[in-house]
Amino acid sequence: MGSTCFHTSAAPSSCLLSSTKRSYGLHDLKLKVPISRTRKVSKVLAFYGLRSPPYKLDALEPHMSNRTLEMHWGELHRGYVEGLNKQLERNDILYGYTMDELIKATYNNGNPFPEFNNAAQVWNHNFFWDSMHPRGGNMPTLGLLDQIEKDFGSFTNFKEKFVDAALSLFGSGWVWLVLRKREKRLEVVKTCNAINPIVWDDIPIINLDMWEHAYYFDYKNDRAAYVKNFLDHLVSWDVATARIIRAEAFVNLGEPKIPIA
Amino acid sequence: MALRTLLSRRTLAATVRPELGSFLGLRNLVTFSLPDLLYDYGALEPAISGEIMQLHHQKHHQAYVTNYNKALEQLELAVSKGDVSSVVKLQSALKFNGGGHVNHSIFWKNLAPAREGGGEPPKGSLGWAIDTEFGSLETLISKMSTQGATLQGSGWVWLGVDKDLKKLVVETTANQDPLVTKGATLVPLIGIDVWEHAYYLQYKNVRPDYLNNIWKVINWKYATEVYEKECPVH
Repeated sequence: MGSTCFHTSAAPSSCLLSSTKRSYGLHDLKLKVPISRTRKVSKVLAFYGLRSPPYKLDALEPHMSNRTLEMHWGELHRGYVEGLNKQLERNDILYGYTMDELIKATYNNGNPFPEFNNAAQVWNHNFFWDSMHPRGGNMPTLGLLDQIEKDFGSFTNFKEKFVDAALSLFGSGWVWLVLRKREKRLEVVKTCNAINPIVWDDIPIINLDMWEHAYYFDYKNDRAAYVKNFLDHLVSWDVATARIIRAEAFVNLGEPKIPIA
Repeated sequence: MALRTLLSRRTLAATVRPELGSFLGLRNLVTFSLPDLLYDYGALEPAISGEIMQLHHQKHHQAYVTNYNKALEQLELAVSKGDVSSVVKLQSALKFNGGGHVNHSIFWKNLAPAREGGGEPPKGSLGWAIDTEFGSLETLISKMSTQGATLQGSGWVWLGVDKDLKKLVVETTANQDPLVTKGATLVPLIGIDVWEHAYYLQYKNVRPDYLNNIWKVINWKYATEVYEKECPVH
């Protein structure tokens, strides 16, 4: 299930990845394989692998079809991974970065290097598959809901802002619910093409792919229906909650609730 | 009657050149409507499927026209109220939707079924200019296809002519930016839409296949007409 790394004529001595199935939850793997001087490497070294969504490709029907996922994950996302690996093969300087570091480095403060598009799109799509769930939708609960109500007024207001941002995005891009580190609040932001809020040091909570390939098979040009279905039926508030809990390690969201004995 | 002449002027304008707009009653606001195609939706098969042509024309282009008209109304209101910040805020919607209308109006004329000359290489002065500027038509096609395939996100790839320098240029623009955003003296001859909606249903994510096939239905006659108008043969 998408966990191949490399082929050599004999197994190398040290390896971070076994050839068995990867477990879900592992973040992007980085391989450091020493190339032996006496043995010839017969095939390409792969730096990143294609991570599968945490559900079967037909699990999001009818809101996102099997056909869309086969194409979007199986071809496009895979294409970004393979493109990135090919670029990293040729580039010694970027070897050894984590995915997050790679994105920030290749973003180059707004003058992106060629690797940025592939790296960011790999990250964005991994995040996207994780942001959805077959029994998604409904409402967030507890701390996340409190924070949304604090920063948007109400959950309904947040949904409106999210839909507006998605529909007013011109061209290809993504819509995000993001935790702004400096302002210490949740906001809805839209980005162009492959741009990702981590380049501004913010913490994404959920995202939605607004490139036409994400919805065209299922909705043609009815973007409004696509966005509404995402919010009502697909978005995984559990995953979003886990993300914001982790984010609280980096951002102080307010006075601590010290329990009274 | 003054009213009747006003109405008939509107219908005349609408039938002759719908993309020029029509006067809306007494309000002096020029609005726009979707231009008709000169061929059936299925006429460009197998290069571009009928399904794509219909969606592209009736949904996408229509949406640009509708939203452009809406933005124009809002602009008129903001201008009459002296609301500067609203005027400025509307610029991106005007550029996007207006650009979408301009670009697609050109695009429909850039395409023709094979039996009406689609795909036939340019003759006359444009053919000469292409050979001089690029070496051969094949080189130009290869250059445009490559630039179109490597364009990230959504946009257009253009063959244009600089009307002052009388030179041919190949350019790309992002989203719905018209060619003039790359140079005020540039006049578009051929534009190829590389937004995903232009090819996704048929070619999936293989944009290079779409670009290789679209040349079979490119209407070089129209391009030659425009070129000869900007660079008259003496």
